[in-house]
Amino acid sequence: MNPAAHIGRAAIAIFAEIGAMSIFALKGAFAWVSGPFYTREFLSAAIRVGFNSLPVVGLTAIFTGAALALNIYDGSARFNAETFLPQILAVSIVRELGPGFAALMVAGRSSSGMAAELGAMRVSDQIDAMSTLAVDPFKYLISPRILATTIMMPFIVLVADLIGILGGWTVAVYALDFEGATYIRNIDSFLTAEDVTSGLVKAGVFGFLISVMGCYYGYKSRGGAQGVGGATRSAVVASAVAILASNYIMTSLFVDF
Amino acid sequence: MSETTSKISVRGLRKSFGSKNVLSGVDFDIEEGESLVVIGGSGTGKSVLLKCILGLITPDAGEILIDGVDILKLSPFERSRKTRQIGMLFQGAALFDSLKVWENIAFRLIYGEGKASGPSRAIAVDRLAQVGLPAEVANLSPAELSGGMQKRVALARAIAADPKILFFDEPTTGLDPITADVINRLIVDRVKAVGATAISITHDMVSARKIADEIAMLYQGRIVWRGPASDILSSGNPYVDQFVNGRAEGPIKMALKSA
Repeated sequence: MNPAAHIGRAAIAIFAEIGAMSIFALKGAFAWVSGPFYTREFLSAAIRVGFNSLPVVGLTAIFTGAALALNIYDGSARFNAETFLPQILAVSIVRELGPGFAALMVAGRSSSGMAAELGAMRVSDQIDAMSTLAVDPFKYLISPRILATTIMMPFIVLVADLIGILGGWTVAVYALDFEGATYIRNIDSFLTAEDVTSGLVKAGVFGFLISVMGCYYGYKSRGGAQGVGGATRSAVVASAVAILASNYIMTSLFVDF
Repeated sequence: MSETTSKISVRGLRKSFGSKNVLSGVDFDIEEGESLVVIGGSGTGKSVLLKCILGLITPDAGEILIDGVDILKLSPFERSRKTRQIGMLFQGAALFDSLKVWENIAFRLIYGEGKASGPSRAIAVDRLAQVGLPAEVANLSPAELSGGMQKRVALARAIAADPKILFFDEPTTGLDPITADVINRLIVDRVKAVGATAISITHDMVSARKIADEIAMLYQGRIVWRGPASDILSSGNPYVDQFVNGRAEGPIKMALKSA
């Protein structure tokens, strides 16, 4: 076959997929507006995504902060700037690594979980059954998950930020001979509110993307166990790519002003 | 149209998936309170037909009239209001496995119609009794039930809001003959009790003859025969004869690839 036609067909398929995803995301984000709003579904999604993610996000954050402290110390010592370790570490965590790592971990946990759950419901006709019972699956299944993930993600990241900084502090104080109180005071006087809020805005966007990918691939899955497996894989891969790509875009916007 | 309006009329319904024609011009009418059974081999589009009427699949061409109104010409909102009067028993029961049995049965009442959970629970237990299950089952989860019990719960869920139209997709498939008969009787009972119009699809001939007033045979995307259930053994139609008698030889050639 003509290679140009091949590329063209693939490009059209990609745009069609992005278009379908965008329509799905809008429908999912706003389906609840015309009511009813399923509070129980929203709360259960919020607990599963938010609260239940905390252990794994906390572990990731503490090790990231700890390793980062060693790397920053080693790097900045080359030009005698190791006293700036607390400030560099805190900025890195709250602006970039806290949101990024937390989102990637939640993508691994929740995006895959949503895709598998909705996929299993799809292939066993439960989603069609819901429609025949006069309940809109977008209102009952999709909206609560998207809203819960988008709202919970900034809270998860706030916790990740604190634990990440604690990880760095622990290494700095116990392995690198920093003075604990001074370390905190340096961060406190250096860090701006914008540093933290830009990370939290990112977190909300990541939460939205994670839940849209998980719901989209699960909702559209076809063909039994294999289809559900494929949906789960696609959801995690697409979430990760969307997180990293949107992270760059948002960072470039935040850094400019 | 001079005659009275049928409950459901399907005219020239077509649907293909890719290059495969699943429905190629289906026509039929069902009067109110009538029970039609659609028979046909696997992959002949029986489920697709029901899903088109339910609005879960959009057909390529044709008309679907419910109470004389073509639902395909309605807005999605109006259409879903029209299709709300249809209750459906899915082939695999399709119970919500995250919810308890009674929440499944009361799902439409609580989440679709906004009723309080206390009275809805009472209705659910009442429906359980109507399908011959004790009240203790109400608090179990669907995974704890046998296949036959799941089908009964699914039936209870389908009839919970007294729908005027009921669809049954292979209600007896995978059940032992005794449980299958229990389900058949429940279907007949419930359809009579509610006065509902019913479409069932099956390839279980015992079941078809028990629940049908009329039987229609779907082959290659069309209705090739339709008549009273009592005529099914003497239809004189070679397709129906081959199917009813379960013969490998005849005018019907089994498709090797499934739909």
